[in-house]
Amino acid sequence: MSDRPQTPLLALRGISKSFFGVRVLDGVDLDVAPGEVHAVVGENGAGKSTLMKIISGGHAPDGGVIEFAGLPRVFGGPREAQRAGIGIIHQEFNLLPERTVAENVFLGHEPRRRGLVDRRRMLSRTRELLATIGETALPADAVVGRLGVAQQQVVEIAKALALDARLLIMDEPTAALADHEVELLYGLVRRLQQQGIGLLYVSHRLTEVFDLSDRITVLKDGRRVRTMPTAEATAEDLVRQMVGRELSSYYPDRAAPEDVGAVRLTVRGGGNRKLRDIDLDLRAGEVLGVGGLQGSGRSALARALFGVEPFTTGLVTIDGKPARLRSPRAATRAGVAYVTEDRKGEGIVGRQSVLDNALLASRAVLPLRSGRAARTVRVRELLATVEVRAAGDHQEIRFLSGGNQQKVVLARWLALDPLILLFDEPTRGIDVGAKSAIHDLVRRLARSGAAVLMISSELPELLGMSDRMLVMRDGRIAGELSAGATEEDVVALAVGTVRGAAA
Amino acid sequence: MRLVQRRPLPSRLARVRSGGLLPLIAILAVLLVLITVRQPDFMAPPSLMSFLGRSAPLILLAAGQYFVIVSGEFDLSVGSLVTAQVVVAARLIDSDPSRTWPVVLVLLAGGLLVGLVNGLITTRLRVPSFITTLGMFLILVGAVYLWSNGAPKGGLSEEFRRFGRRAFEDVPGLGRIPYALVILLVLATLAVLLMRSDFGRVLVAVGDNPRTAELSGARVHRTRTIAFMLSGLAAAVAAILIGGYSGVSFQAGAGLEFGAITAVVLGGVALGGGRGSVVGAMLGALTLELLFTLMNFYGVSGALRPTVQGAIILFAVAVSTRRSTSR
Repeated sequence: MSDRPQTPLLALRGISKSFFGVRVLDGVDLDVAPGEVHAVVGENGAGKSTLMKIISGGHAPDGGVIEFAGLPRVFGGPREAQRAGIGIIHQEFNLLPERTVAENVFLGHEPRRRGLVDRRRMLSRTRELLATIGETALPADAVVGRLGVAQQQVVEIAKALALDARLLIMDEPTAALADHEVELLYGLVRRLQQQGIGLLYVSHRLTEVFDLSDRITVLKDGRRVRTMPTAEATAEDLVRQMVGRELSSYYPDRAAPEDVGAVRLTVRGGGNRKLRDIDLDLRAGEVLGVGGLQGSGRSALARALFGVEPFTTGLVTIDGKPARLRSPRAATRAGVAYVTEDRKGEGIVGRQSVLDNALLASRAVLPLRSGRAARTVRVRELLATVEVRAAGDHQEIRFLSGGNQQKVVLARWLALDPLILLFDEPTRGIDVGAKSAIHDLVRRLARSGAAVLMISSELPELLGMSDRMLVMRDGRIAGELSAGATEEDVVALAVGTVRGAAA
Repeated sequence: MRLVQRRPLPSRLARVRSGGLLPLIAILAVLLVLITVRQPDFMAPPSLMSFLGRSAPLILLAAGQYFVIVSGEFDLSVGSLVTAQVVVAARLIDSDPSRTWPVVLVLLAGGLLVGLVNGLITTRLRVPSFITTLGMFLILVGAVYLWSNGAPKGGLSEEFRRFGRRAFEDVPGLGRIPYALVILLVLATLAVLLMRSDFGRVLVAVGDNPRTAELSGARVHRTRTIAFMLSGLAAAVAAILIGGYSGVSFQAGAGLEFGAITAVVLGGVALGGGRGSVVGAMLGALTLELLFTLMNFYGVSGALRPTVQGAIILFAVAVSTRRSTSR
């Protein structure tokens, strides 16, 4: 808000925090005015989530002062912060799926009448709450598990408001949303703002930050680099301050025509429960992008090729020979590698070391040829090549940032010298610096002769990385686009406003 | 990332420490001191050797249980499997020395078979292993009663019993070394080597996150089934030792499954899988045996054993959960 020097709602002065002697936050100042959207950006590991946890009572700071509504406060835990009026919406929701919207909103502080929960009042108060944020379309008695992700997010927000939150922290609120749902979130943020609620908005996506915020604070290595009004910031500035790099160097060069070699993988008439009539050729040396809306069959395609949910019809060949990709193991042995979109759920073994994670596929699949020590040395080299940043290769992988975890997963596959690599959202939830490192790696792999299929729902990434693109819709390939295509071309094919002409 | 093959000693020590065995070793030391205070000659070779020999079955069962637990499952069937094996051995041998070795092989094969069935039912039919092995427990108990008409028949040969009760005599400096202890040391070494092998590492990964393991090409079902078979095999060896040491009865293996689980938990192995070492599990069993010895020396009723085990399980799991959530 431009009429700021009013008393800030939240003022942090010199907040510091260390874990095990490692300084995570170093003298951070930050303030949020009522009705302001204050974006906090920074790479993973910059200290954003620690800072948010400190504000919401999850961690106690080692040094510094938190003032909330003009009073210095020390929160003994999340509940105290909640009671003071600070709500936090995590990336992963904290809802009971079997319960109704109203039951979730008033969970733990249900309105009571003669000792029993007063259902009618709970419903009516939930409706009022939803009305104040303009969400009248959401029924208060709907079961939460049946709602879409965007609506569940609204429930989370209503839950915080039911506790009279005056400051809302939103941590990567759009990470789980589809594109059209992001629009709805924008509207919701605006309405919260009009209520005089201060918002701390943590996001990797600069577009959102520019669309929504009044001011931006950049964190790097636990320090505040700068706070500036959004109107005075540019994307290039922000990226440079976050990582010290220009935005223009974002995507590596595409494959030159002579880099693209023979056809590695073909699918003819591939189909299963989620896919129909899949025909595709994937060549050595190229990055084939796959776009489409969520649920259009993008991931199903990668999972079919990796044998997770195999094709039930059609023919797949690898290097001209028919390939039976009936299971992940069979696919792995046939030279296919798959980097999943759900890194935590199926990409890493969280409590094992970096080294164990990187060795997993080799141990599970490869017969030992050249001796264990040689293999370990090789995998260590791969970890160094992909530039994993860890305290050591015996650190548990769950303590690494998303980007570093992804690099370890990549090293795991590179150890098998795969011919075909399938990437499903390889940079989801990864900070800007690591993102471009992954992009470089993907391109380097293609250049070294691998055939790469890469799924992405970020259009700039899809367009920036692909030599060709397939766009999927309703389980089919809706059309193919060449490298020069625009975002509009992809969207048009994805939503089906044009008929796919093979370009 | 360093590329040296061998890490310098201090960091290797740090790894051992991060394995979380230090508290357990401390408990072991305290127990030893308490026992020695009461019974000064406990630490003398003869009694120490015989203590270790007596502890061998539980330590082996703990190692077997470890394979199953670290892969994310449970094996409740081992106690009744031990009983069944002892009773079966007695009837098959029927005091005929020439049948000793064939029956040993039958027992080992039987242990593997029970493990195979546990594994296949758990993985292929998707029955939770808690239920599978509870069912197996009951089936074995009933089957043995039925087969022997309610009272153990036959008898073990002296050749069979020597594994559990005899020793290498007059070893310089140590005196008697029970066969059971030698068998234990050999199998414990194999267990440690197995956990360092590719199979062992994949086994832990399967327990940590089976989805990831599967999507990395691991055969999750097969790996878990092998873990059950190893547990069955451990039970067979334990049965041979127990039959020799304490003889044939329907109580031979009673409660051993809980002893093994307690030992594994005490050894810092996470229930649910993915964390802990086989050395920890075996040390846990040793600690448990020491604790029982201590209770015995101080005149605490043996009837309290289950209570103590229950308390240990609850306490150890609570501590490890706290530690892992508060990072």
